[in-house]
Amino acid sequence: MADGIRDKVAILGMGCTKFGERWDCSGEDLMVESFLECLADAGIEKKEIQAAYFGVHIDEVNVGKAGTPLGAALKLPFIPITRTENFCATATEAFRAATYAVASGAYDIVLALGVEKLKDTGYGGLPGGAAFGTEMFLRGSNATAPGLFAQLATAYAAKYDIPMEKIKDAIAHISAKSHYNGSLNPKAHLRKAVPEEAIKAAPMIAYPLGLFDCCGVSDGSAAAIVTTPEIAKSLKPNQDIVKVKALQISVSSGEEETYTNWDGAHFATTRVAATKAYEEAGIKNPREEVSMMEVHDCFSITEFVTMEDVHISPKGGAYEDVMNGFYDLKGGGVPCQVDGGLKCFGHPIGASGLRMIYAMYEQLLERVPEERAVKNARFGLTHNLGGTPAKNVAAISIIGRD
Amino acid sequence: MAGICSYGGYVPRYRLNRGLVYGAMGWMNPANIANARGEKAVANFDEDSITMAVAAGIDALKGVDKSTVGGVYYASTTMPYKERLNAGIITAALGLNDQIRAADFSGGIKAGTTALLAALEGVAAKGVDNVVVTASDCRLGKPASPQELIFGDAAAALVVGSENVIAEFKGAYSTTYDFVDHYRGETAKFDRAWEDRWIRDLGFAQLVPEAVQGLLEKTGLAMTDFAKVVYPCHYGAARKGLNKKLGITPEQDQSNLQVEIGETGTPHSLVMFVKALEEAKPGDKILLVSFGSGCDALAFEVTENITKLAPRAAITGSLANRADLDNYTKYLIWRDILPGDAGLRSEEDLWTRWSQLWRKRREVLGLWGTKCQACGTVQYPKQRICVNPECGAADQMEEYCFADKVGTIASYTGDNLAASVNPPAIYGQVVFEEGGKYMFDFTDCDLDSLATGMPVVVSFRRKYSDKHRDIAGYFWKAVPKREEA
Repeated sequence: MADGIRDKVAILGMGCTKFGERWDCSGEDLMVESFLECLADAGIEKKEIQAAYFGVHIDEVNVGKAGTPLGAALKLPFIPITRTENFCATATEAFRAATYAVASGAYDIVLALGVEKLKDTGYGGLPGGAAFGTEMFLRGSNATAPGLFAQLATAYAAKYDIPMEKIKDAIAHISAKSHYNGSLNPKAHLRKAVPEEAIKAAPMIAYPLGLFDCCGVSDGSAAAIVTTPEIAKSLKPNQDIVKVKALQISVSSGEEETYTNWDGAHFATTRVAATKAYEEAGIKNPREEVSMMEVHDCFSITEFVTMEDVHISPKGGAYEDVMNGFYDLKGGGVPCQVDGGLKCFGHPIGASGLRMIYAMYEQLLERVPEERAVKNARFGLTHNLGGTPAKNVAAISIIGRD
Repeated sequence: MAGICSYGGYVPRYRLNRGLVYGAMGWMNPANIANARGEKAVANFDEDSITMAVAAGIDALKGVDKSTVGGVYYASTTMPYKERLNAGIITAALGLNDQIRAADFSGGIKAGTTALLAALEGVAAKGVDNVVVTASDCRLGKPASPQELIFGDAAAALVVGSENVIAEFKGAYSTTYDFVDHYRGETAKFDRAWEDRWIRDLGFAQLVPEAVQGLLEKTGLAMTDFAKVVYPCHYGAARKGLNKKLGITPEQDQSNLQVEIGETGTPHSLVMFVKALEEAKPGDKILLVSFGSGCDALAFEVTENITKLAPRAAITGSLANRADLDNYTKYLIWRDILPGDAGLRSEEDLWTRWSQLWRKRREVLGLWGTKCQACGTVQYPKQRICVNPECGAADQMEEYCFADKVGTIASYTGDNLAASVNPPAIYGQVVFEEGGKYMFDFTDCDLDSLATGMPVVVSFRRKYSDKHRDIAGYFWKAVPKREEA
């Protein structure tokens, strides 16, 4: 009988580049940057890595497909390398594959690395293309990510009969909080605190989302080396060990997009993944037990509804929690986006899942300065949501220290 | 007995005030003040001759069993394709059977009545029945030209058959002359005309009476027999002269809609004819004359059946569904007259995969989905495994058409990031009243006018233009449901 991944795998080391518009760096440069930090943190030599999983999402303008970009960039000596791709959960999938490879007993030490070089597109936002198949060129709407996610707001307003002005207040608070957190983090892409009034006054991108409701489009890479808890303990006898507590993925069944039972105001996948992740991690009361979170705030409204979908705010209750500062860094609740989030740390798609785990990892090991530290953190939760509200991949990972 | 069984019309929602055009371009041709009265109907950025013909066709098919339609004859001088049957695209969009006859009629702008005659005579000869005849044009005049002011966009459609005839065909007379009042060469974007005085005094003043006299002699009818006389001539003075010469009284003179729509080209006499039918009583006789490389003259007599027609927009209804296009340069961008920058995002190059469109033609061009025979759930696009999680039946689907269904807006946005010549790009989720949902682009509306819960219908539109490969691609968009006049 399968009993999940809890406590079977430990994180030996992690690395994360500065995110941002890295005009001088290629995707390969970013891979080397996150890898060297990760390798140094793990305290091992490159030749000890037995297998690798490589996350990269965009094909249109990027490093290429398959495992070859990673092998060639890092000069990995003919080891098995597999590319993972699952929209914005791409890096989490690399981490999950590496974790499962160790848990299976097939390997002792495995690398997961994600990268995305987004800023060669020539325009803002993500490149278009055939994310849902070339057929969508014939019948898909002229949609971009902000417009697809913006519809959460109109649907949420209709479902809960809440005025759009109140939603605008809450999502402005969400973005202001992330800007503040990002301002404290030297690796974050956007490092300026922005007041809520300025956020609400920004130019409209896709109604009702303004410029500051949208996350940074960034270049970046993040990496992790995982191993068994026993090996981790033997290599780092004097350090706390951060272990994997849960890894869950939920993928749309087509219902949200095609059947009329979905209200457009929540993520069905996130709800399922979160429920299973708490069960896997042994968390009974997430609102009390989760110490901190990095959720998928591609847009402020995504974070808003996700607070309910990860079962921390009650359904219809996100507004109260957000406005009460429950998710603020020092708000006494569950700090969310402690490193700035996608919003301000940035969102190189194929790296984001690992960057979130990196943020939780450095908090759990108490490596961050006092001003942005979460005290006594035990469980850190990360969440990716890739695709569109109607058709997506949701990932929930929980890591923790005993 | 062959005749008209049903009619439909379409005038695009946006109207360009001619004073606005003159204000922008009058400096270059001050004499155009004579053409600057009223407004011209202009196709939206996502409309073209095919989409307008489809809209008129849908209107004409109200109350008609589509499975009985045996043909589609399409007339236009501005068809998007030279090779690829334009009437074939219209057939698919109208949701008609594949086993029908379809043809494109083009060249001179009398092609609309020629297509009508082909249908009438085909029905009379029992070679075909229930033919949708549709005509549309979207002609361009160069900025500052008289044509820019005179022309307008519209479409008309008629169902020609032998049963439930509302206007019986009484005879026709045709002439054909290589009279080049207007022309466009193989690659021309703009219409070119010869001198107005010659078009008026030799063209209209001689060719129209010849066709009318020919018809009267052939049918034994007199001008006084007709309740309405329909003929296109946008020259006001020439029209007065012709009315006098032919004995057409003000009551008989069917308005040419120059002030409301403009000279629409191939469909024009049919647009006027549809308007005449809307206002006709049983027993009325109508004389229909077209003009362009000669003339066709046709006589009809309205029957009792006209009182039994299902409600429709026709010309009156679509004329009433209007909004100002209050920006002349927007018109220039929409018609690709003025190069505009829609951003680098707009330059992404995606191919039309014809083999893929062939497989998906019913879904894309006809908006067909499926209905699960096990649980009754309707779903778009077509599914093999039922999406209802309580059902999940495999391969128990029947086809189901969404093109005539009403839905409501479940969510929406106005997107300024999406590449568009009409930003913001408005789109959202539509849930249909009878089940099924899909995310559609929205058109013919402003963001501020939308709300969740608002009823919408779908409209066949040009989805994209691939300029590298000369492809116009089509799909359906959502439009707020408006009361039909």
